[in-house]
Amino acid sequence: MTSTPAASAPLLSIRDLSTWFHTGGRSVARAVDGVSFDVMPHETVGLVGESGCGKSVTSLSILRLIERPGRIEPGSRIDFEGRDLLSLDDRAIRAIRGNRISMIFQEPMTSLNPVFTVGDQIAEVARVHSTASRREAWERAVDMLQQVGVPAPADRAREYPHQLSGGLRQRAMIAMALMMHPALLIADEPTTALDVTIQAQILELLAELQTRVGMSILLITHDLGVIAESATRVLVMYAGQIVEEAPVRTLFDAAHHPYTEGLLSAMPRLGDRRERLTVIPGTVPSPTQWPAGCRFHDRCAYAWDRCRTDAPPLYQIGAGHVSRCHLAAEPARRRAPAFAAAAPAS
Amino acid sequence: MTAPNAASARSAPPNGIAPLLAVRDLVKHFPITRGVFRRRVGAVRAVDGVSLDVFPGETLALVGESGCGKTTTGRAILRLIEPSAGEIRFDGADVRALGGDALRRLRRQMQIIFQDPFSSLNPRMTVGAIVREGLTIHKLAEGEAADARVRELLDEVGLRADVASRYPHEFSGGQRQRIGIARALAVEPRFIVCDEPVSALDVSVQAQVINLLEDLQREHGLAYLFIAHDLSVVEHIADRVAVMYLGHIVELADADELYRRPIMPYTQALLSAVPVPDPTRQRHRIILSGDVPSPANPPSGCPFHPRCPHPRKDDACTRLVPPLEEKEPGHLVACIKQTPTTVSWPEQQSAGGTMQPERIIPDALG
Amino acid sequence: MHPLVWIAAAVLTTLACGAIARAGDGDSGSPWRIALTRLRDNHAAFAALCVIVALLIVAALAPWLAPYSPIAQPDIVRLKNLPPSLAHPFGTDFASRDVFSRALYGARVSLSVALLAIVVSASVGTAYGAIAGYVGGRIDTLMMRLIDAGLSVPRILLLIAVLALWAPVPLPVLVLLLGLTGWFGVSRVVRAQVLSLRERDMVVAARALGASDREILWRHILPNVLSPVIVSITLGIANVLIVEAGLSYLGVGVRPPSASWGNMILDGADEIASLWWISTFPGLAIVVTVMAFNLLGDGLRDALDPRQVDG
Repeated sequence: MTSTPAASAPLLSIRDLSTWFHTGGRSVARAVDGVSFDVMPHETVGLVGESGCGKSVTSLSILRLIERPGRIEPGSRIDFEGRDLLSLDDRAIRAIRGNRISMIFQEPMTSLNPVFTVGDQIAEVARVHSTASRREAWERAVDMLQQVGVPAPADRAREYPHQLSGGLRQRAMIAMALMMHPALLIADEPTTALDVTIQAQILELLAELQTRVGMSILLITHDLGVIAESATRVLVMYAGQIVEEAPVRTLFDAAHHPYTEGLLSAMPRLGDRRERLTVIPGTVPSPTQWPAGCRFHDRCAYAWDRCRTDAPPLYQIGAGHVSRCHLAAEPARRRAPAFAAAAPAS
Repeated sequence: MTAPNAASARSAPPNGIAPLLAVRDLVKHFPITRGVFRRRVGAVRAVDGVSLDVFPGETLALVGESGCGKTTTGRAILRLIEPSAGEIRFDGADVRALGGDALRRLRRQMQIIFQDPFSSLNPRMTVGAIVREGLTIHKLAEGEAADARVRELLDEVGLRADVASRYPHEFSGGQRQRIGIARALAVEPRFIVCDEPVSALDVSVQAQVINLLEDLQREHGLAYLFIAHDLSVVEHIADRVAVMYLGHIVELADADELYRRPIMPYTQALLSAVPVPDPTRQRHRIILSGDVPSPANPPSGCPFHPRCPHPRKDDACTRLVPPLEEKEPGHLVACIKQTPTTVSWPEQQSAGGTMQPERIIPDALG
Repeated sequence: MHPLVWIAAAVLTTLACGAIARAGDGDSGSPWRIALTRLRDNHAAFAALCVIVALLIVAALAPWLAPYSPIAQPDIVRLKNLPPSLAHPFGTDFASRDVFSRALYGARVSLSVALLAIVVSASVGTAYGAIAGYVGGRIDTLMMRLIDAGLSVPRILLLIAVLALWAPVPLPVLVLLLGLTGWFGVSRVVRAQVLSLRERDMVVAARALGASDREILWRHILPNVLSPVIVSITLGIANVLIVEAGLSYLGVGVRPPSASWGNMILDGADEIASLWWISTFPGLAIVVTVMAFNLLGDGLRDALDPRQVDG
């Protein structure tokens, strides 16, 4: 688990990634708007945010799975294992998908093809990316199912996706994703559709596989609990931008950005019975009309004049800790919210 | 309550207060049919003998994983799904015996709010028309008075009055949930089934809706049956908690008691599995093996026995259906291996039991 | 020929299309308004709609627009089979009748037969499908088996048989026959929609409020099945037009001397190579009209897509 970026070269390096959706000429939805981050070898990076913040579009952009009217804008850069993914031709990017970088999704039922057996679909990955014979591929598929903890893997491999439970389907998806021993696994809300006892199984499995296989994981989720238990470093996204990045402990102990602070105090936690939950007022803005200045200013308890006009840069807060908030320049304002009407600072 | 009694289903009976809602041995089986003639070939035992009480002004949470029957229980209580068997009494009235106008009148007292803020609002109706529907059906207000009442209801759930002329698709998930709440409040109910009301919402909006539900409960003295799978939310909002597994209530207690001292091995595993947003707390989770069995083909005996990690589990668990019995004052649990139990040791032995019951609290919950 | 009426017809068409083009500019979020705006932004569908509006106006004003009587035979020796000219833009047929005037009157007959027949189909189909879907259970199974039986009978053959045995059929009967043999598709669409709507939480909410079945059907189910019904009506019109033209061409639909596009094609069918204008112009009219309704139907399907309204 590398947390000192200087120690080695990043596996994945994203710079100024912008993915915009040009819907009907009049409006442009700037779903991802200038995102930069690195993923180091063998680490688990958590990408957290609420629906519409751009976290899923970010993950799809990495594999260039963006469909029209979406477009990765010029000036974006995604380097993976020293290659610029955005300059590769279709053939070259297909050779990376499912091979060096693979992905698992929230709803395994829609990602698996209902008319083929699970084993066929997993074996197919090996057939596409290697010269394995039909038979070898099948054997490897069964072996992979065993590795992800599917009981009676040889029998399960002959079943169709609808015959498996939600937990087993997600395991089958993971088996398919890990078939080629990828360097990077992108897990987009991998446990959101699962029950809590099954979620625990899957998180445990991912952690165990990571130590065994030695891959990096980009874990995309809205659940800070999942992040706390799995990630070593966390990126918080809001309104198409990264608003805070920190090592996991720092984030939970000393969050800097008011949005992160709000998220942490808005969620009910076990063993913590409060009279009222703290809320973040208002709703997430629309990607066609991000607010001017700081995009969080109209929901922020600390916002002052500057926040409404100046878009904040990412300020360095500490080692590996950055925050897109002017409070970094004027920390005194945290104790005295400029807004009388705003909710009390927590 | 010295003699444990499954049917009473009251964890902490508030002295002298009669329950607003009393459910006894509620059963809902969905037939599985096949062929053109719809021959019955089996049944999904969604709810299999549930008993519970809800007292005025309290929140009883019904928690469990998908397929455990919690949603069916909520809807069967309101007779939105016709129960197969059992008794439902609301304020003394026998809900299952009512029909026609009497049932319609009762609907004013018992409302429901839904998980999915998209499918629960008619996309072709304005927000005003949606909120007004209950007023019209029960002839509570007409014309100007109805308009005024709609504005008042919208204000109460935190929406501006001018949203009445707009359509549901113009609102975010959280705002739609508020519209659904206003619709339920319009008929001035005393009891609301909240069917996963915040599960589809983002964290920041979820907190807004939870606070709103709590405010409304205080102001109107509402009783909630709060159906949820998120144990952190439930701990925050519930007075008492019932845990369901495969159509049965397996544990029922005061929220504080249940979270501090879960006794049913399933509840213990469920609580230990909840991810906690605190990276410094390295816990040992109880990882259950396998999946929830299908309610069309439930295990014999204790429904949880195939996944149960209790070290005293034996053949008796596969044969005896554990009664929901009092293990601590006001704390009901269905497990024959957690002491004390009314299923005596000789009885267990004759059912194949080989291991004496013993109260086990795993380290993970320490 | 009355130039003023032609100008009036042109002005009317422009006004009607202009009104549609402007509708939806308001900021009301009504799903119908949104659909209209989306339809307008779809160029092909909007053009098709304008063509249809023009056709309807022309058909309605045919008696004043037509230069000649559609059945008058002024001189069946000297004026027969004349090629298109200024006096007879579409030429004349074997009976010296003006093809242009007949085409205008034919539009009247063909369009009104198609529109009325589809009204019959849509009403019967919606009612049948809604009942089957809402009641469900064995009744639904039985009703759907009846539809399967109905669909297994070839529609054209059935119509030919009935119409041939019952000749000559008055127009209202033809409309009824066309309508009553064309509703199966609509009712299947409606049933499927009702089945899924019935389980939606909004219907459960209405029941929890104490709404009666009738109230639920009217307020929550039917308004939400309207979209697919409108689409299948529009596509259905094109289909009925073709069926009516086919029957009339076979001589069992609209009978001469009444003009319908179908029997006009028949008039010129024998000598299509030399007297091409007699069949070609009504044929083109059918092609243009059917295409317009199909384009409009596709446009409506996209415009009324409930997923886009919901999202």
